[in-house]
Amino acid sequence: MLEAGRAEAHYWRDLWRYRELLGFLAWRDIKVRYKQTVLGAAWALIQPTITLVVFTFVFGRLAKMPAGNVPYPLLVMAGLLAWQLFANALSSASGSLVSNTHLISKVYFPRLVVPLAALAVALVDFAIVGVLYTGLCAWWGSWPDWHALLLPLYVLLVLLAALGAGLWLTALTVRYRDFRFIVPFLVQLGVFLSPVGFNSSNLPSWRMLYSLNPMVAAIDGFRWCLLRADQPLYLPGLWIGLGVTALLLASGLWYFRRTERGFADLI
Amino acid sequence: MAEPVITVENLGKRYRLAHAPRADTLRDTLAQGARGLLRGWTGRGASSTEDFWALRDVSFSVNRGEVVGIIGRNGAGKSTLLKILSRITEPTAGRVTLRGRVASLLEVGTGFHPELSGRENIFLNGAILGMTRAEIRGKFDEIVAFAEVERFLDTPVKHYSSGMYVRLAFAVAAHLEPEILIVDEVLAVGDAAFQKKCLGKLQAVSQSEGRTVIFVSHNLPSIRGLCSTAVLLSEGKVQVTGPCRKVLEVYQHGLAHSAPTSVPTPTAELRDRAYVTGVVIENQSAQPCSVFPVGMPWRTRVRFRVEKALPHIVIAIGVKSADGTAIQTAWHPPCDLESGDYEATFNQEHVVLEAGTYAVIIGLSQGSHNLQQFEAAHIDISGEHAIGYYPGTVGLGLVLNSMATRLLKI
Repeated sequence: MLEAGRAEAHYWRDLWRYRELLGFLAWRDIKVRYKQTVLGAAWALIQPTITLVVFTFVFGRLAKMPAGNVPYPLLVMAGLLAWQLFANALSSASGSLVSNTHLISKVYFPRLVVPLAALAVALVDFAIVGVLYTGLCAWWGSWPDWHALLLPLYVLLVLLAALGAGLWLTALTVRYRDFRFIVPFLVQLGVFLSPVGFNSSNLPSWRMLYSLNPMVAAIDGFRWCLLRADQPLYLPGLWIGLGVTALLLASGLWYFRRTERGFADLI
Repeated sequence: MAEPVITVENLGKRYRLAHAPRADTLRDTLAQGARGLLRGWTGRGASSTEDFWALRDVSFSVNRGEVVGIIGRNGAGKSTLLKILSRITEPTAGRVTLRGRVASLLEVGTGFHPELSGRENIFLNGAILGMTRAEIRGKFDEIVAFAEVERFLDTPVKHYSSGMYVRLAFAVAAHLEPEILIVDEVLAVGDAAFQKKCLGKLQAVSQSEGRTVIFVSHNLPSIRGLCSTAVLLSEGKVQVTGPCRKVLEVYQHGLAHSAPTSVPTPTAELRDRAYVTGVVIENQSAQPCSVFPVGMPWRTRVRFRVEKALPHIVIAIGVKSADGTAIQTAWHPPCDLESGDYEATFNQEHVVLEAGTYAVIIGLSQGSHNLQQFEAAHIDISGEHAIGYYPGTVGLGLVLNSMATRLLKI
């Protein structure tokens, strides 16, 4: 039944029915991602490695930021792990609708499948960087304790925050291609607005305000899970981060659903 | 078996045509918003958009197991209708009730990825068209056999020939098992043998498996061969619906009374010199017409006015195929004309065009100076009731049998 102004109820059922498509789209993107490159999946490692070296040098050596009792590179790497996941998920989700124009204008499926598949691709890169992190742990002989078991929850938090923002951006990109230029800029800026290269406890007086950036809670959480050190969890920050993420996700879904029906006409 | 699986009621789809530059970037929207605000204050509320109804008050119903052909001229709303039925866009008004799973094939190879192998693309494309992994696996051998690409299954499809590509794509779609299958002009590609195979498959799907098929094509013989009923769309409205043969007759002969042609309004400069005032395309008995069977002569009459005596006036006609290829040009030799009204007639007698849609271009020039050149009309050359013998219906070339032929026993 299709009416001018279709019923909402079918949507979520449809989304479930198309879960296999989600898998296939993600699988396609992963498969194609490093085709015709010489270094292949090594690219997923090169970027974070270089960033790691630079940040360790700038924040650890030049600015002499305190790291507690963990090696500075590990502190940066735990932050990078979260940030890379967020940045990859956000930028591929934002571009996902426009790069699948040919599908959207020719076949029906719940459009939400497309940005969701983009998240899955970011997860694969995350796993590769995770290997790098394990290597660093071995090098410094500093293994995480049982807190690491809670890491998946924080991974979920990062993905949901990226999805919330990604839904806004991808739906807006369909209408205004300006956002194609805005997204890389946001990502670039975000790395400095988030505590990737240093510990957020270095900014005690600003901490509440700083926590409005959901990545602050996420990166703090990653460090709490992965670094055995004395990095107590800053609870008010976590609650603010969760609240902002929930708001972002709910509003993103709302905007995406509201504009979704016009995608095929606009794209 | 009068159980409708598709009911379309008062369906309408409106597009907004923007006459002012469209707001495609954020800046434009902001600027227009500001301008609108200003306009609100000054009290001038002139809107810069115009509504265009691609479909209006379309109603019909389709029973289970029927194969329905949707026909109509370019721009009649066929594609919009298919897009609504396959849920790609939403209707602006009215409603559609679909009972059963719908699969649509608006394009061959939707979602094929050039870097992936044939095998991988079968799974990907199947999933996009709504098949489950288990279904695809079950049908895999059948699909490969139908497409005749066994040897190249693990080659990336970017290395496929276009024929192989199309065969593979259609094979996946043909093995969908929806209750309702929507097929757009996809069979226009591929060689004749494969087209025949596809049509046969569609027929089998509807007859033995009781599935409903909605089929759009410009190839009238395949509509006639396949469809039991048809819907004729004209300017966004249903002109006639019913048994296929009757609808096709209306399409071919009923359209004969109207042959919409367009002539641009002359500029002030032209109004002082010379300009075209009217174009009529008609058959040999002087009835305006826009659909001609292959081989039937047709002619174009062009009226133009000369305001003051001008030397070296040339009136010309051109014919382009649907893809824009110029096929022929004919002109009256230059003459020095006094002021007055003139009519030039172009008879298409000896050159036979293949079935298809063509654009008729009219040009008026003075010496080497081009006064006017515009697309005056579209005509359809139809494969139905072709005059004379034709060895096939497609792929014979745009110009048919235009050489003098002689057969001698030696």
